[in-house]
Amino acid sequence: MAAPLTLLLIVAVTIRAVLFRSSLAELISARVEVVSPLNAWKRVVEGLALLDLGVSPYSGDVFHEVTDGITALALYLSIQTYNKDVFRKQKYALESDRYSADCLELLRSPKEMFYIPLKVAMFYLLNPFTILSCVAKSTCGLNNAIIALFIFCTLKGSALLSGILLALATYQSIYPLTLFAPALLFFLQRLYIPVNLRRSSFWFFTLQYAFMYVGSLVVITGLSFFLLGSWDFIPSVYGFIFSVPDLTPNIGLFWYFFAEMFEHFRLFFSCVFQINVFFYTIPLSIKLKEHPVFLIFMQIAIISIFKSYPTVGDVALYMAFLPAWSHLYRFLRNIFLVSCVLLACSALFPVLWHLWIYAGSANSNFYYAITLLFNFGQILLVADYFYAYLRREHHLTHGLYLKKKDGTEATLVLK
Amino acid sequence: MGLLSDPNRRKALTGLLTRLNTPICIVCYLAGIVWFMGLAFEPFTLRTYMSENAMGSTMVEERFSSGERALSLAKEFDAHKRKAGGMPVEWLVKAMQSRGLEVFTQSFSRKLPFPDENKERYMVRGTNVYGILRAPRAPRTEALVITAPCSPGNTNNQAVALLLALAQYFRNQIYWAKDIIFLVNEHDLIGTQAWLEGYHHTNITGMEYSPLQGRAGSIQAALSLELSSDVITSLDLVLEGLNGQLPNLDLANLFYAFCQKLGVLCTIQGKLQRNDWDTAEGYTHAAQTMMLMVLKQACGRSWGDHGLFLRYHIEAASVRGINSFRHYKTDATTIGRLLEGMVRKLNNLLERLHQSYFFYLLPSLSRFVSIGYYMPAFGLLAVILLLRALDLWVHLGAPALAAVDGVTEAEQPSSPGVLTVLTPVVISHLTGVALYLLPVHLQEMAVEHFPVSETEAVVLTAIAIYTAGLALPHNTQRLLSGEGTEQGWKVLKLTALLYLAVLLGCTALINFSLGFILAVTLVPITASITPHIALYAVVMVLLSPAFTILYCVFIYQELIEAPVSVSEGWMLFLSVISQGILDHALYGSLVYPLLALFIYPCWLMFWNILFWN
Repeated sequence: MAAPLTLLLIVAVTIRAVLFRSSLAELISARVEVVSPLNAWKRVVEGLALLDLGVSPYSGDVFHEVTDGITALALYLSIQTYNKDVFRKQKYALESDRYSADCLELLRSPKEMFYIPLKVAMFYLLNPFTILSCVAKSTCGLNNAIIALFIFCTLKGSALLSGILLALATYQSIYPLTLFAPALLFFLQRLYIPVNLRRSSFWFFTLQYAFMYVGSLVVITGLSFFLLGSWDFIPSVYGFIFSVPDLTPNIGLFWYFFAEMFEHFRLFFSCVFQINVFFYTIPLSIKLKEHPVFLIFMQIAIISIFKSYPTVGDVALYMAFLPAWSHLYRFLRNIFLVSCVLLACSALFPVLWHLWIYAGSANSNFYYAITLLFNFGQILLVADYFYAYLRREHHLTHGLYLKKKDGTEATLVLK
Repeated sequence: MGLLSDPNRRKALTGLLTRLNTPICIVCYLAGIVWFMGLAFEPFTLRTYMSENAMGSTMVEERFSSGERALSLAKEFDAHKRKAGGMPVEWLVKAMQSRGLEVFTQSFSRKLPFPDENKERYMVRGTNVYGILRAPRAPRTEALVITAPCSPGNTNNQAVALLLALAQYFRNQIYWAKDIIFLVNEHDLIGTQAWLEGYHHTNITGMEYSPLQGRAGSIQAALSLELSSDVITSLDLVLEGLNGQLPNLDLANLFYAFCQKLGVLCTIQGKLQRNDWDTAEGYTHAAQTMMLMVLKQACGRSWGDHGLFLRYHIEAASVRGINSFRHYKTDATTIGRLLEGMVRKLNNLLERLHQSYFFYLLPSLSRFVSIGYYMPAFGLLAVILLLRALDLWVHLGAPALAAVDGVTEAEQPSSPGVLTVLTPVVISHLTGVALYLLPVHLQEMAVEHFPVSETEAVVLTAIAIYTAGLALPHNTQRLLSGEGTEQGWKVLKLTALLYLAVLLGCTALINFSLGFILAVTLVPITASITPHIALYAVVMVLLSPAFTILYCVFIYQELIEAPVSVSEGWMLFLSVISQGILDHALYGSLVYPLLALFIYPCWLMFWNILFWN
């Protein structure tokens, strides 16, 4: 498996290197779909220059290629670990006759699982979204790398490293905060601690993990304070994320609303919009408490849809996980519609941008319509995978061929 | 959302769509064509109206009276032009200075990628002369442009002279709130391009030009004047700009309003307006006018000097004087008054023209079709591609869908490798890249080995690569990916259909006419194609992009009432191709790269299906 992975890495690096040296790089790094005010490389350089550090420590494109490589490698290894885990669990479940008799075809075979880690790495490295993001030198790649490393450490079972990396990710952009729940659930499952509020072992571990997380967060924030000598960075980074003052159009849902509404509703609407990211954590954690890795996927997807300055790099991260759920394919219902929508939107973004900004014949409504459609497609995609996952679990326990009480064939409906 | 989550209703819908797929597609296609043809029918169109408040109700009185003087100036200009053997720069500078303008010149040079045989130029060197009339009443942050091209030979002398006469008259008026720039440009579009790039400090086409010494504010609107005779019978308005971009409809409304007021005959696409919409002739006339607009817009070139202004957010149109054999004549004074009135109304603008439509078709000057009315015609054609794709998708997943969605016994047949689909896609696109790059780069080699001129070499290389592309895929197919399967071509067709749908959709948004014409020719054959049917191969070739261009040439000639024989048509076709390549190199027109890099490869993918084995 090392050979194809190496080949993949070489291909991915070559594509990026070629694009970096072509005239497209400048064009791409100016696209609003690819860079947001939070992750534009221009601003990083600017910030470093302002800090009077002279030349930035990791200038140049090699750094970005390396982060992409690290992300892919971390994802590769995590999915490999996860697959082993899944297979082991499946074996136990089979041995203890927990699965219904007629759902043999739903079981996963080592043969089909063999190439999944490679596919995941490929989906990340060769995804046009990632390539664009990398060529634009967006720091989104760095965020993705940290989240991927966090997933890797979590799946490897290292609570301390996982806590530290989660703190780092949170420090970067706040939203990964919601990944705390799935990570905790994963560790609890791994240590065979039941999720029971009355058990002291549950509380003991939760507090332990929370302490690691909060502790490292405090240390990192403290370090920033000592480096900068003031707390100014808190409002200017996190305030910037929460109150959305920069209304440059992007692929997210915020900019249009915040540009249109009356100023005195701003606080209310930022609360309403921001709550979306955090809101789904609790119900999803309850529903998926047995499947923390799938929950991580759901959370990353929700973050990338509802965050205040999303870019295509964020989308690429959760899309990399799709091959890991390839066994759900048969239960997906709208995959054709979703892929058409996402494909069309990706092509229409630059076209409508051109019509709006350069030709002057269209206006912001056109562009926002596509943004809405793009997000609709993403939500449908995530919802579809969620439904498919639950449905497969249902079939595993209740059998594949469901009958109604009167003996006719039954269908499952998500309502 | 019930449709998306209720499996029974979904099943019913997909069942209906797959069972009735072919009839629905045929109905959609016919409906699309009928809808489009219906757009020219007067009751279905809207009457034009002035949306811009600042131009609508304000009273303007035209007092320009020096038409005769303009005509004598034209003779003087002609004499100096002959003497100088080109643009009489010094005379123009003096003439503008004596009329109280701030005068500047800009020199530019441009080497064409290959000789332009239509206009007989290769190394272009020229000078633009422009004079600025500073606004006495406002802070000079905005400007208007009136331009007249200095053409070789006898043409356009009157336009330059009228420009000078207007400058003299405007100089004495006190109501100007915007700077007015009078521009005389050499080498038509190349000069305009150099001037615009100099004005906006951009360089997108590799032109060499000297920087502008004097500038005015941001340009709000521009009028280009073309006039070659002392009296005219009618004025023609030209709107189509680069890449099919159109100015705001209010500019056309303004022109029409003044033509009505001054009693000047006005045409669009050289066609007068008729009032008998309920007769067959009336409808045909309107349909012809609209078809001409569609063809002109689709070819993506700038049909007058105004076309390049549009790229810079400047609303612009060309006014062209036509002298035919009618009795009713209009003199230069009236044309001067018309321009005076238009400029004065534009001078009243408080913000850029934006109230009215940017996307429209005009069956006549007083009627228009907006985007909301014509887009369904395209939508009906595009939906066919999606329906076919859905049909294929359902068939590909047929075993899985036979049982209740997802629950199935049948083992999924192994899906075709990515390689089988990827190979034709990559090969097609490489052919497209070759078609885009090679003609211009290989011209020297071609000229060495064959007895042809550079221009012919470029065009013939393009045609050769295009034809060679037809032979390429079904030779490489066997070599690279071995035996193709039934599944293989279906997946390829699915990919190609979705690709074509996205491609046409994007094209239609930027340039509706181009998207629609391509959809009309490409959709029927691509939707119905299956491997190994000889008839399809013939139809496929006859409906390929190159043949579409050929048909368009013939239809265009038919519509402007100058029908051509087959050989003349062929020569025109060749010159259209060379012009397309030149337009791309000189002004950045996107039609040639779109056809070479996207449409043609996409068509090749379908061609590949035909020879699937």
